[in-house]
Amino acid sequence: MKWGKVAALLLVAGLIVGAAILAVDPLKKSLKLGLDLKGGVQVRLQAKGAVTDKELSQIIAIMRNRVDKLGVTEPIIQKEGENRILIELPGVKDPEAAINLIGKTAQLEFKTIDGTTVLTGKDLADAQEGKDPQTGEFFVGLKFNPEGTQKFAEVTTQLVNQYPEVNGKRDERRIIAILLDEDILQAPYVIEPITTGEGARITGYKDLQEAHNIAVLLRSGALPVPVEIIEKRTVGPTLGADSIVKSKTAGIWGLAAIMVFMLLYYRVPGIIANVSLVLYALIVLGVLAGLNATLTLPGIAGFLLSVGMCVDANIIIYERLKEELRNGKSLRAAIDAGFSRAFWTIFDANVTTLIAAAVLFYLGTGTIKGFAVTLSIGILSSMFTAITFTRFMLKTLADSKAVTNPRLYGA
Amino acid sequence: MDFIGIRTSGIDFIGRRKIWYAISLTLIVIGLLSLFVRGLNFGIDFKGGSLIHIKFNKTGVNSGDVRQILSEFGLEKSNIQETSDGGIVIKTVEMEQDKLGQVLTALEEKLGKYDLLRSEKVGPVIGTELRRAGILALVIASVLQIVYITVRFEFKFAIAAILALLHDAFIAIAFFSLFQYEVDSSFIAAILTIIGYSINDTIVIFDRIRENLKNRRKESLQAVINNSINQTLARSINTVLAVVFVLVALLVLGGETTKNFSLALLVGVISGAYSSICVASPLWYEFKPEEHGKARVA
Repeated sequence: MKWGKVAALLLVAGLIVGAAILAVDPLKKSLKLGLDLKGGVQVRLQAKGAVTDKELSQIIAIMRNRVDKLGVTEPIIQKEGENRILIELPGVKDPEAAINLIGKTAQLEFKTIDGTTVLTGKDLADAQEGKDPQTGEFFVGLKFNPEGTQKFAEVTTQLVNQYPEVNGKRDERRIIAILLDEDILQAPYVIEPITTGEGARITGYKDLQEAHNIAVLLRSGALPVPVEIIEKRTVGPTLGADSIVKSKTAGIWGLAAIMVFMLLYYRVPGIIANVSLVLYALIVLGVLAGLNATLTLPGIAGFLLSVGMCVDANIIIYERLKEELRNGKSLRAAIDAGFSRAFWTIFDANVTTLIAAAVLFYLGTGTIKGFAVTLSIGILSSMFTAITFTRFMLKTLADSKAVTNPRLYGA
Repeated sequence: MDFIGIRTSGIDFIGRRKIWYAISLTLIVIGLLSLFVRGLNFGIDFKGGSLIHIKFNKTGVNSGDVRQILSEFGLEKSNIQETSDGGIVIKTVEMEQDKLGQVLTALEEKLGKYDLLRSEKVGPVIGTELRRAGILALVIASVLQIVYITVRFEFKFAIAAILALLHDAFIAIAFFSLFQYEVDSSFIAAILTIIGYSINDTIVIFDRIRENLKNRRKESLQAVINNSINQTLARSINTVLAVVFVLVALLVLGGETTKNFSLALLVGVISGAYSSICVASPLWYEFKPEEHGKARVA
């Protein structure tokens, strides 16, 4: 027995297992979790009717504006196809409230009490909440564009003149209702004619938050084209956490079963296969973290499935090895022959699977893409570990002459 | 030092090919019948609709209680299921956000506090697109596989392998139709993975057939194929076992949302292991009539 080689084997195996244990925490921190694991909201919006690129970008800007108010750390808002927008809000605490906010189609209209539309969202330039330093009142300040300023001046002047207050008693006909999607959002009473573009204020809010919420809705009222939610998925944080725990348990049991099986069936090479499985898992998770990929539930399933592929590469090699040993080759010669023959088998078999994964990546969306990514990384890493690491370990083992009985190689 | 004879023994897979064809054809016929009679149980991903998955804080709330509340909203015909972990999944027609809010409030008022685990709404457009994307993916993947296998092996191998993988995809679909498991968007991913797995499995056997043909002396084609299958049999079984371990663990211990995905994969992977041996290889044998003749003369 060559002790140097034996020591090298044990050292490498020890290093890998040690690295795996040390890597658990950093990996946990750096792996981004998808919506289905973290909880959150995914919404797909579609413009109603024809929409230009510019209008779509405008809608995206408005959506970003709305989403920013929710305080989500890493929101995704992106264009999808010709007329769609995908919004993902991971970790949002109240998913339904978030959807209510972004889903508002926000057709803003100003109407007088007789139902005449006097202004629309297009006339409004900005809306900001504020607190009057003198009175301490909370308000929403409205800014109109020039055309809007003109219209607003006309209508307020007309209302004030038409319905004068008698004995200081308010005349309800002076109200201008602000409707969002045909629901009354606010119904302020016109105190005086408002003729400058700067001057309109809505008052009567109990705190700044309330004024803020209204201002946000008013600002986003200027959607150039109405949009509808064609797909919505929310996952509560409880379910996400539960999914993580459950897939972890399933993963551990599945892997344990594979490892025990490999050990019992392939004996000494089985140990090597198990160490290479650990290395394989390290590589895949490391690459995923390095690519800043998002781990989703199907992604985890893809990872676990690719473990099967990794074992397969080892199995193909060991079965070859057994055959070569049975054909009377020496251990070293059997390992060489086994590898050179197994290589192209593993290569061809895995390329065909990669083709399926690539198609899935190009045609799939969202979580399905995540699955395709982990599956592909898994296949590539499994080829890599089988061809380099398993080979190195087996050769070193043969050179060490520590285990020479072919029976211990399963033959 | 041992003297070991060249192994030619083992199971005569090709000789029994009529049995395998009969098994596969029976399964396909059952599948077709089921698809025509029962169809597939499409989830909201395909049909469009809304889904609410909740878990009440108190125990004992059953689907009947929920249905009663839903009937106030004209949703009594909804599909309500109690899940194994005490949750309730409600599938309704497509609901607007406002109505959803009302339903959720009513549930809380009448049946107590709950945790909203999932809420989904899918418009009818999505389902059509999913179906189109799924079929497109299947076609593109198959064509690319044919090209790759033709380049690396030969065209007849490619056709046999593709028929075997379509067989597996169909068996998984038929299984879901027969037992009316729900088909959602992850089902398409499952089918494509089955394809990837099935072809992988087939290629390992074909690779061995190719190798054995190179070193062939006087054996008949049937013997070459039989030997190849038998030589790779341990690998075929062990690999499928390893994958099955993981899938069964996911099926039994995994969460509600990955159950159907794991189940589809499980059926497909087992079918994939079977078809590589009992469908792909015998079919390739059928595609080589000139070789049969040669074998008989010799």
